[in-house]
Amino acid sequence: MNRTDAILEAVALERRFDVSAPWLNRVIERKPRQTLRAVDGVDFQIRRGQTLAIVGESGCGKSTIAKLVTGLYEPSGGAIQFHGDPNRMQMIFQDPYASLNPRWRVGRIIAEPLRTLRPETSAVDLGARVDELLRTVGLSPSDASKYPHAFSGGQRQRISIARALAGDPEFLVCDEPTSALDVSVQAQVLNLMKQLQRDFGLTYLFISHDLSVVRHMADEIAVMYLGRIVEIQPKADLFERPLHPYTRMLLETIPDLKVPNRDRKPMGGEVPSPIAPPKGCSFHPRCPLAFDRCMSERPVRNADVHQGRVACFAAEETRK
Amino acid sequence: MAEPEQTAPAAKDDLRARQANGVWSRLRESDLGYSFVRHPSAIFAAALLGLIALSALLAPWITPQNPYDLAALELWNSEIPPIWDERGQLPYLLGTDVQGRDMLSAILYGSRISLIIGFASVILALSVGLTLGLIAGYFGGWIDNVIMRIGDILLSMPFILIAILISAMATASLPPSLKSALAAPILIFAIAVPSWVQYARTVRASTMVERRKEYVQAARLIRVKSWRIMLQHILPNTLTPIMVAATLNFGLAILSEATLSFLGVGMPSDQPSLGTLIRFGNEYLFSGLWWIVVFPAVQLCLIVVSVNMIGDWLRDALNPKLQ
Ligand SMILES: Nc1ncnc2c1ncn2[C@@H]1O[C@H](COP(=O)(O)OP(=O)(O)OP(=O)(O)O)[C@@H](O)[C@H]1O
Ligand code: SF4
Ligand SMILES: [Mg+2]
Repeated sequence: MNRTDAILEAVALERRFDVSAPWLNRVIERKPRQTLRAVDGVDFQIRRGQTLAIVGESGCGKSTIAKLVTGLYEPSGGAIQFHGDPNRMQMIFQDPYASLNPRWRVGRIIAEPLRTLRPETSAVDLGARVDELLRTVGLSPSDASKYPHAFSGGQRQRISIARALAGDPEFLVCDEPTSALDVSVQAQVLNLMKQLQRDFGLTYLFISHDLSVVRHMADEIAVMYLGRIVEIQPKADLFERPLHPYTRMLLETIPDLKVPNRDRKPMGGEVPSPIAPPKGCSFHPRCPLAFDRCMSERPVRNADVHQGRVACFAAEETRK
Repeated sequence: MAEPEQTAPAAKDDLRARQANGVWSRLRESDLGYSFVRHPSAIFAAALLGLIALSALLAPWITPQNPYDLAALELWNSEIPPIWDERGQLPYLLGTDVQGRDMLSAILYGSRISLIIGFASVILALSVGLTLGLIAGYFGGWIDNVIMRIGDILLSMPFILIAILISAMATASLPPSLKSALAAPILIFAIAVPSWVQYARTVRASTMVERRKEYVQAARLIRVKSWRIMLQHILPNTLTPIMVAATLNFGLAILSEATLSFLGVGMPSDQPSLGTLIRFGNEYLFSGLWWIVVFPAVQLCLIVVSVNMIGDWLRDALNPKLQ
């Protein structure tokens, strides 16, 4: 990838959380301090106008990456380099019930970014812009005077999108924007997001645990496991030729549209605790290809193995 | 809007709200108003309290005499029993005290003082408690520790003891000329000091829940100032439990004021509250002049009981688990 067209780069990004018991308990029970590496050395780049999707099971650190990217968390190591206008980064959240202030009318919610980022906007312009935004996301201007509780989950997510658009963003972080919605509604919201991306030239960091959603949205896909990116590939390549055993496992669990009744393998094994991840490759307890090297050494993405797209010793054997 | 999904359950409330027009019908159609009209005890308490408050506020215009204008008092009118006694006289419906002061007038003026001190101390404690609770809950860390430990210390002593200490100390350190003028502000302060802690704790707990919610993150993302987030986003979402606590504390504050005045560290005799009236009446209880103490005491009871009934109803009405 050409460095100059990346709008966002994460370099050796790390975020640790102190999850120790309170001081007194530690002293009495003689327990050491404990840290949890929610994001453990992550590198990626996102090109302008494209969508990078991050997929992985619950707890692998996706939301932590979203918060690092938006600046809600400070990195414990590494860095985020954003080459756009920091005022034009916005976020769409997962929970449509917690992401809108229940005591504010929809019009005020949508106007807040405008009012904050461009306080000189007149009340008339503000109202006109809110109406326009509501229409853009498929709601009606009369909805501005209602409270969030009057709307369904899908409609609330549209309100969230309208709020994000109000700041005239170039870069949107979407943390599981549809995982709380019914399947039929999911598709509508995803289509709206794709259309907005075309209309406004938006760049997305799109987070999901669902590969079938990601297939719809992404240009490039990063697969995360326990705080690390184990594989990152353009979408078509990833679906056609997954390189990491974990990616193959994820692909086997998504329903096949052509053969919906195919015996789907359930995902094998439990996700280990990120407080005490397994030694070596943290995926080895669940990996069908694991061999002795995997127990002691930690695989990294390496530019001369599959163009740095995968972190796996078994994949190195088949290097190209 | 043409999404084939079910309308959220809360949407029906909105429908109900939209059908109604105007503030009053909207209030009646709101959940709280809905519950209110179904609780006769709440209606009764609100009506009683409203009547007492109105008559107390209008006291200077509706009472037959100004009970503290010494020139208006006539000694030959003293110790008149209530009107239903055969020795009773108009206009002294509830009789007079040993100085010839009309009891009804004294009670209405006294209620005025009691209600104002109770209300002002609740407002003062609320402003301090809300502010400190928001700051403690939003920022956490050492500032949270300092605020909450001060609160713990205050709560480790009996409420009334703190109020007595403050009131007695303040009164003792003031020159006599200021004592009477500052009696009410001192009492308001003395009662507010131990009572802000409860508000602060309640608000802190809800603030810690709210500040993690995504709507707060959305505001932080666009760098809305912290004080704006606290006041405009978080505060409105913490007010429900606070309304209940404030109502119940209003009753408690009036009682505390009465206790302090009864003990002689509250309102002085030239501007007596209900507590002061009870204190003076108490001396005549066994000399047959029962009306001097019983009527102020009954008025105090009516006020506190009606406030508590409203508080209890509010607590049940706002608690979804009890519905
Ligand atoms: N503020 C925090 N303090 C302590 N631990 C945290 C904190 N935030 C996240 N974690 C931990 O970090 C890990 C990654 O959390 P994160 O929310 O990023 O996962 P996720 O991939 O978004 O999961 P999900 O799909 O459930 O949203 C989890 O184990 C979580 O418990
Ligand atoms: S490194 Fe080893 S354990 Fe890890 S995924 Fe590859 S083969 Fe499996
Ligand atoms: Mg998450």
